[in-house]
Amino acid sequence: MSLPLLANWTLQTVVAFAATVAFAVIFHTPRQELSYTGLTGAAGWLAYIVAVYAGGGVVAASFIATLVLTWLSRVFSFARKEPVTVFLICGIFPLVPGAGIYYTGYNFFMGQDSLALDKGLETIKIAVAIALGIGLVLSLPPGLFTFRRRPRG
Amino acid sequence: MSSQAPPSVLDLSFQMGETLLENGAEISRVQETMERVARSYQIDDFNVYVLTNAIFATGVENGVQRSAKLKHVPSTATHLGRISAVNQLSREIAQGLHTPDGAFVRLEQVRTLPRSPLPLAVLCCAVGSASFSYLFGGSGWDAAVAFLCGVALELFLALAARRGMSKFLTNISASALVTLCAQLFFLLGLGNNLDKIIIGSIIRLVPGVALTTSIRDFFHGDYLSGAIRMLDAFLIGGCIAVGVGLVMRLLPWAAGGLQP
Repeated sequence: MSLPLLANWTLQTVVAFAATVAFAVIFHTPRQELSYTGLTGAAGWLAYIVAVYAGGGVVAASFIATLVLTWLSRVFSFARKEPVTVFLICGIFPLVPGAGIYYTGYNFFMGQDSLALDKGLETIKIAVAIALGIGLVLSLPPGLFTFRRRPRG
Repeated sequence: MSSQAPPSVLDLSFQMGETLLENGAEISRVQETMERVARSYQIDDFNVYVLTNAIFATGVENGVQRSAKLKHVPSTATHLGRISAVNQLSREIAQGLHTPDGAFVRLEQVRTLPRSPLPLAVLCCAVGSASFSYLFGGSGWDAAVAFLCGVALELFLALAARRGMSKFLTNISASALVTLCAQLFFLLGLGNNLDKIIIGSIIRLVPGVALTTSIRDFFHGDYLSGAIRMLDAFLIGGCIAVGVGLVMRLLPWAAGGLQP
């Protein structure tokens, strides 16, 4: 692990933060939650690039990143008393397989059928990985996401 | 509207559910919110069934059995601010802070929460496209071109929404437009990787919201609604692929006569 690599990761995380906040504004996220949605998206992307660097495939990396960002979404959801959706929907955007859709469509129309099939399958695998990640973390008991017990009223 | 008819708690619960649903909340949240409101105002025998495009609710209010149902076109315009505000309102109702009248007034305010002004939306779409283009491996130039494509995209989406263009046509033509834009700039010598520019710009269209909400519905056991949204996500994804692919295939052929 070298310094330029770390610098690149930092830059990417910052850009992911900006990208997530930009999309959060498009979906009319309440202003006071914008920075938290940004953090969610940035954390998800950082987890993704680290997982890819560590040798996990694109699908596995998407799964791990989804775990991280869904966990963070729930933590913020309890801390800020907002629906999980607010953080989750915007945070997931960096991971949604836009590239897969592009390459599938491109190869399909260029007559490269086996490549199109490959990319199409990969896109579906990523979508399934994201689904499993979200589903898993959302099924965990709420106690894992609050850091202090507070009396329930 | 609420101003003429005497405020009914069942209607209040119903309209809160409707607001959540049309702004993109998941099924279980709609159901729980409606039940919570009904419980807070002592509606007996409250039953509610929610689908992506319908709410059915019955309850006994003041000794009278009443029912309400709704059908609406699934809206693509997610408004997280309204979901968050209804959530806040339902929590306050559960704490007994509102009379039904007061809650109706609050709900009207929530339902008319403004959308982002167009210039801001355009700027955000452009910044988002540029950032994603960079994240997916594009160069600084690619990001700059994606920024311009993002501007064109959001303007087009606003126009399409105003004209009431169908979802499928909107997605096919919007992704085609983005591809065309990127191609034109690329032919002018701007940008290094055509694919990264286009990928960055189509993220705005990619069905992330439909996918996420669909998953949440599935894991709550709302299979029907989850399946509807999953289908939605796949069809939108397909539309984007078609829009991009068509232009990539046709443009070289159309521009063929111009090349030396």
